[in-house]
Amino acid sequence: MTASASTPPKIDRPLNVIVATDCGSTTTKAILIEKVGDEYRQTYRGEAPTTVEAPFEDVTRGVLNAIAEIEELSGRKILDGDKIITPCRNDKTGVDIYISTSSAGGGLQMMVTGVVQNMTGESAQRAALGAGAIVIDVLAANDGRLPHEKIERIRSMRPDMILMSGGTDGGAVTHVVEMAEYVAAAEPRPRFGMTYKLPLIYAGNKEAQPQVKKILEEKSALVVTENIRPVLERENLAPARNKIHDLFLEHVMQQAPGYRKLIDMTGAPIMPTPAAVGLIMETIAKREHLNLIGVDIGGATTDVFSVFDGVFNRTVSANLGMSYSVSNVLAEAGLANIMRWVPFTIDEQTLRNRIKNKMIRPTTIPQTLDELQIEQAIAREALRLALIHHKSLATGLKGVQQERTISDVFEQQTSGKTLIDMLKLDLIVGSGGILSHAPRRIQSMLMMVDAYEPTGCTMLSVDSIFMMPHLGALSTINEKAATDVFVRDCMIYLGTCVAPIGQGKDGEVCADYEITWPDGKASKERLRFGELRLFPLESGKQATIMVQPAKQINVGAGAGTAITKEVLGGVVGLLLDGRGRPFRLPAEQQARVAALTKWFDAVGLYPTAK
Amino acid sequence: MPHSYTPGLTVTDHTVIHRRRMLPLPGKVLVNVGDRVRSDQVVARAELPGKVFPINLANQLSVAPGEIKDYLIKKQGDVIEKDEILAENKPLIKWFKTEIRSPVAGTIESASLVTGQVLLREPPRMLQLLAYADGAIVETIPQQGVVVETTCSLVQGIFGIGGETSGEIVMAVKAPDEPLTPSHFNSTMKGKVVVGGSFLSFDAMSQARAFGVAGVVVGGIHDEDLRALLGYDVGVAITGAEQVGFTLILTEGFGAIPMAAKTFKLLSTHAGKKASISGATQIRAGVIRPEIIIPRGESVVGIVAQMQREGIRLGDPVRIIRDPLFGRIGEVSALPSELTKISTESEVRVLEVKFSDGKRVVIPRTNIEVIEGT
Repeated sequence: MTASASTPPKIDRPLNVIVATDCGSTTTKAILIEKVGDEYRQTYRGEAPTTVEAPFEDVTRGVLNAIAEIEELSGRKILDGDKIITPCRNDKTGVDIYISTSSAGGGLQMMVTGVVQNMTGESAQRAALGAGAIVIDVLAANDGRLPHEKIERIRSMRPDMILMSGGTDGGAVTHVVEMAEYVAAAEPRPRFGMTYKLPLIYAGNKEAQPQVKKILEEKSALVVTENIRPVLERENLAPARNKIHDLFLEHVMQQAPGYRKLIDMTGAPIMPTPAAVGLIMETIAKREHLNLIGVDIGGATTDVFSVFDGVFNRTVSANLGMSYSVSNVLAEAGLANIMRWVPFTIDEQTLRNRIKNKMIRPTTIPQTLDELQIEQAIAREALRLALIHHKSLATGLKGVQQERTISDVFEQQTSGKTLIDMLKLDLIVGSGGILSHAPRRIQSMLMMVDAYEPTGCTMLSVDSIFMMPHLGALSTINEKAATDVFVRDCMIYLGTCVAPIGQGKDGEVCADYEITWPDGKASKERLRFGELRLFPLESGKQATIMVQPAKQINVGAGAGTAITKEVLGGVVGLLLDGRGRPFRLPAEQQARVAALTKWFDAVGLYPTAK
Repeated sequence: MPHSYTPGLTVTDHTVIHRRRMLPLPGKVLVNVGDRVRSDQVVARAELPGKVFPINLANQLSVAPGEIKDYLIKKQGDVIEKDEILAENKPLIKWFKTEIRSPVAGTIESASLVTGQVLLREPPRMLQLLAYADGAIVETIPQQGVVVETTCSLVQGIFGIGGETSGEIVMAVKAPDEPLTPSHFNSTMKGKVVVGGSFLSFDAMSQARAFGVAGVVVGGIHDEDLRALLGYDVGVAITGAEQVGFTLILTEGFGAIPMAAKTFKLLSTHAGKKASISGATQIRAGVIRPEIIIPRGESVVGIVAQMQREGIRLGDPVRIIRDPLFGRIGEVSALPSELTKISTESEVRVLEVKFSDGKRVVIPRTNIEVIEGT
């Protein structure tokens, strides 16, 4: 499908059977979606190794293998040789449409430039991240690097695409033209394909367009679009994002092995995987009027998505992951932060060697319980660090409070307030192997609770088999099908976490609570500091909880003020977290191990728990 | 089910490999198809554009950007020497004269009347691409590079640091479980590829560097010694550009792990022969593993490229690649197809491995790798 990615095609025929793939770096995952009665359901899935690399060097081999697995399982004939049969011929032959997303070959890697780092630089970064890219560097006039250092940096990087921004419309052109001169002098080369020109999007001050064209038109595949920051008070990211998607399809994808064939096979434009995941999260948050945080923790990167009051943000922590980048989690978090989650001791050398061995053999899985606990400890830290990163970029616009000249703006030290408000958060969605495939679901829930420290009442869920990318792509052509499957087959609700804000000594009263269960029975108890309590509450069931926090303790309505809320159940249930917010583990080794053991036992986290 | 099978590392006495040698930017290919090449022979070259030095003339002369053309002594495209005057003002009083001199030798790339900036570019630098391994050219890609074919013995490592080099193979230890100590190194090893057994300590690394060895091949090292050697922590496994004085290749992993007997034996039989080695490792998006290539210098006739493996078979030699039995080597003795619950409660596909002492263990399939090659 070669239509522009920014304008998905109108499909007027009924879509009753859909096959979708996501071509990841290592695995190509295919799912079959069928209309059952009035509802769409995900019915079968298949997987095969991705075949972008040698010896195959043709991504469609992996796609056809994954679809062939669905054929075997479902009994439906989908393939006719190397072709996908579309539309359906009868009940057992063909599909109505085939769609795909891709992150193979390291995803879409971009460099962005702005004039002021925390203004247009950040806006450009948000535009690129929202389009599903990994941002490998942000260059700005005030980034502290000398001009020749900037040029050297641009030369040494090999991005798939560059996004240039800078200046408000009608403002000064000097700095943005200067950056264009640096980029031209550096003659950046694309990561793939020696002979084609690097795609470059200019989305800065419109007054500078003629000069930028003059400087860069010959040296790059230049595309000019609307300014991402036409005035300081407003961001306009959509035109730049759409151009990124178009160029991803027209240029970058064309260079990857087999993608030309894949583009012809699909019935809708291929999307970068994170862009598709972001899209489905945004769609669901807006439809359900939720504030949510989504996380996809992979082997190499951790993506965080958030929607607060309708504002969508995405960040990617490119070097925080559970296999290829696992060693970097240790480097960034530090050994002590990882080991604080483990209820035993291990010498540093052994742990370092183990983590490095996971990095060089990324497909291995924990074979013993202590290995599992160490991996889940690393995951907590990766999740925590990725959220800190996300909070720093998911902010209100900076520099809009006062009228300033550009020179004042250079000196500006204040930063925009983060949009992430844990008290307003309704739902956390987790995805990625360590969360989706944890042997016990409570392990996924507690990893997210420990890493994110939700406050008040927060629902938690995981993606069952990582089908959010497929559903994101599907939502561009059939939103009902995407949301039906998302709600019924993709999301596994874990339950609700209730966590008061404040701290106290172990055993002191944190809150009194009364839960009215779905059968009408009520239980009235007291939550003390240092306690973690788990109550079963099935998926789809709802209970009412009244929490009367102690003085100075807040559950969302202010210190000491009671709340009453409806809470939803899940495969884990209702978790009352009296460990305090901010959450602090005992510093002393024995006390820390004792506390962890108590909590793990209280919720049945691991098989050894009594 | 997905292929729960980790492609193994190749250790083979006889194979034919192709190495694609590509310039980073268009240039000139210097050899033809059919040519025999040596590892240190230049097969292609390209001109790397020189470094760029921007000078903001408008700021330095305190004039408007549009006016700098009136002060420039040199024009766009002119050659300029270091310290030669690039621009100057012409004040009424001589004392107020300002001369802007070039900080580098090169050419005037551009002078912008919008920013007042002049870009100077140093002369291009010649980049030479070596053949890397002794062999024959089987393909040339105009302006871009060549493909070298080599009949060789090949050992793939699991992780390495440092770039391509070559040297004679020297066995420094007598057994695969013997660690390399500082006393194993001596001045005769300069420029050679030293093969050790189970472990290389930081002191031994320092000694290797002091004696100028070209490369070290060993079973394992401690991560903290690697950090001390590099001066930083390797966060993501993309290596090859490190410059620590020698190329280091691990055959087994991190920790003190005896080198696989097969690997040690193969390298021993080639002691004294020249090897081309590379420490470059990239585990994501197109796996690159470090390698030791020992050219055989034989005709390629009659040798067929290796078949792609389909999966694991009974009797395959395997290495366990996850604790608690990390580094142990055995052979596959059973391949149950059903999912098995392991002690973490995960349900996974497993296999049974038999060790040389007859003991058998059940291991998740993803936690072994086949030792490839015949």
